Amino acid sequence: MYVYDELDRGLVNERVEEFRDQVNRRISGELTEEQFRPLRLMNGLYLQLHAYMLRVAVPYGVLSSTQMRKLARIARVYDRGYGHFTTRQNIQFNWPKLEETPDILAELAEVEMHAIQTSGNCIRNTTADQFAGAAADELEDPRIWCEIIRQWSTFHPEFTFLPRKFKIAVTGAVSDRAAIKVHDIGIVLVQGTDGEVGFEIWAGGGLGRTPMIAKKIRDFLPATDLLSYLEAMLRVYNRFGRRDNKYKARIKILVHEIGADAYRDAVEAEWADIRDGALALPEQEISRIREAFTPPAFEALETASTAFEARKFEDRGFARWVASNVRRHKVPGYAIANISLKPAGGIPGDATAEQMDAVADYADRWSFGELRVAHEQNLVLPHVRQEDLYDLWLALGSVELDAPNIGTLGDIIACPGMDYCSLATARSIPVAQQISERFADLERLHDIGSVSLNISGCINACGHHHVGNIGILGVDKKGEEFYQVTLGGQADENAAIGKIIGPGFASDAIVDAIETIIETYLSVRQDGETFIGTLNRLGQTPFKEALYGTA
Amino acid sequence: MALEIITANRLGDGLVIFLTTDGWSARIDAAAVSETKDETAALLARAEADAGLVVGPYEITVERQADGSLHPVKYREALRTRGPSVRTDLGYQAA
Repeated sequence: MYVYDELDRGLVNERVEEFRDQVNRRISGELTEEQFRPLRLMNGLYLQLHAYMLRVAVPYGVLSSTQMRKLARIARVYDRGYGHFTTRQNIQFNWPKLEETPDILAELAEVEMHAIQTSGNCIRNTTADQFAGAAADELEDPRIWCEIIRQWSTFHPEFTFLPRKFKIAVTGAVSDRAAIKVHDIGIVLVQGTDGEVGFEIWAGGGLGRTPMIAKKIRDFLPATDLLSYLEAMLRVYNRFGRRDNKYKARIKILVHEIGADAYRDAVEAEWADIRDGALALPEQEISRIREAFTPPAFEALETASTAFEARKFEDRGFARWVASNVRRHKVPGYAIANISLKPAGGIPGDATAEQMDAVADYADRWSFGELRVAHEQNLVLPHVRQEDLYDLWLALGSVELDAPNIGTLGDIIACPGMDYCSLATARSIPVAQQISERFADLERLHDIGSVSLNISGCINACGHHHVGNIGILGVDKKGEEFYQVTLGGQADENAAIGKIIGPGFASDAIVDAIETIIETYLSVRQDGETFIGTLNRLGQTPFKEALYGTA
Repeated sequence: MALEIITANRLGDGLVIFLTTDGWSARIDAAAVSETKDETAALLARAEADAGLVVGPYEITVERQADGSLHPVKYREALRTRGPSVRTDLGYQAA
């Protein structure tokens, strides 16, 4: 992992003390709320329905066991014993006190964490493939480039007051697990003609009230040019992005309005001026960051562990967990273990302090002390020996973290919704709970197979409903919670925005509607066909007829 | 006019509070109730004078129940008086 240098440490510590002073001045009455609000937001402190909420950045989804233990401590000491992992790989605490927030930030700084870039119209915390550094289909570890972007974007003076917030995602793998095509900028590591690593650049993707898939801006960008090119992209957006209308201020609107070609031309022109300037990345600096992500000391193991295979044969529950939660690792004999934060009937993304501590221990014991947060609101132990998976699975079971449902209908993405969020128009979590309970039977769940179901409690789409194979959007209809359903969304390399299937459903009808959709799929699917495969083959008609009749 | 009361979040801990006849309370039933636009405006002015103690005061519509208790008309506001519906061990509902 990257370790802070003096510069990083100084910046974060100074920010803590600055915020402590600002909080004191607000409490003493020296600052009005109008003056204080932007300051607290710059430090990740929101005011939600019931209390303040502190959003802590988990840079590109990477946590050490030490950092996870600190999060557990904060949950226990300053909050109500739990945290909520978000759809942007961050964590939120729902009940911090204003006076204690500077202490929380000081504790976070001790473990090289902070709440910077988790709010406001700046470049937000960069997100990445949660399997970075471990995935079998990876060209190179994307965290190297995420860290370089982090250092460039943190407190970037020119981009502190952009027209709107700005999100960058990076993947180094063929399968896109970072949803790069629904980000303001999406970066894919690719190989150049001489075998060197460079970047494919996408821009103008996003969800919210105007969902759009990103446009490809460049086929290949040399590694040395990453920051100068990003700077040019941001600069063009900062200059031409709309500031007259908040809802039209994201880069997706600019790219859509002037067209990808015109945007590209403007970026290339800007880039020509700055390409060889101070932002050109020296090989030496790239190497320094690359060294921070040197792979852990993997053992030389056989590709397959006989003990592991035997355990799968003997224990059906373990075999099921492996089938759904374990992914292929780039190193023989190792595996990627996904920890589902979606028990049937549970709150997606929530983890107790005890669970965080336990997972930190498992990371130390079985994964070189490394953890990841997935944007699907799950945790990952990236480097587990196959022969340790059985012990890990037993341990996870002891803290109720062994749900075998990654990538299934039980693995629902859901924003906090109206249970916590002051922007929400309806609740999300109870809908997720009812659906995961309805489909709790594991035989049935695994028979249904791979399907993503995402729920948002308002049009801002924190629950990524547009890119769920099944999407649910909660709205307010004359004071009642009401749910619109979209089908056909995808967040991967075949990114697509789901289409509304028809009239929405009342809160007491939405779960039945989802079951009708799933039953329809089961009745018309071909052998080995996933939900999205069936939907793409047959279109919406059979689902529509099942839901609304043939009229 | 429908009955109105003033709500806000407390500066120090962010918890939901209601303007009473002589201060603020975490109990909605203690809220000062307005029956006219002028009364609401007067209550809001009082609330805003407390900007050093509270954040973002605004008026909400309530109904008085048979037992005299006050109930917000909007579900969002009802949630604020209780806590998250998915964690009944948290918020005022847990007390």
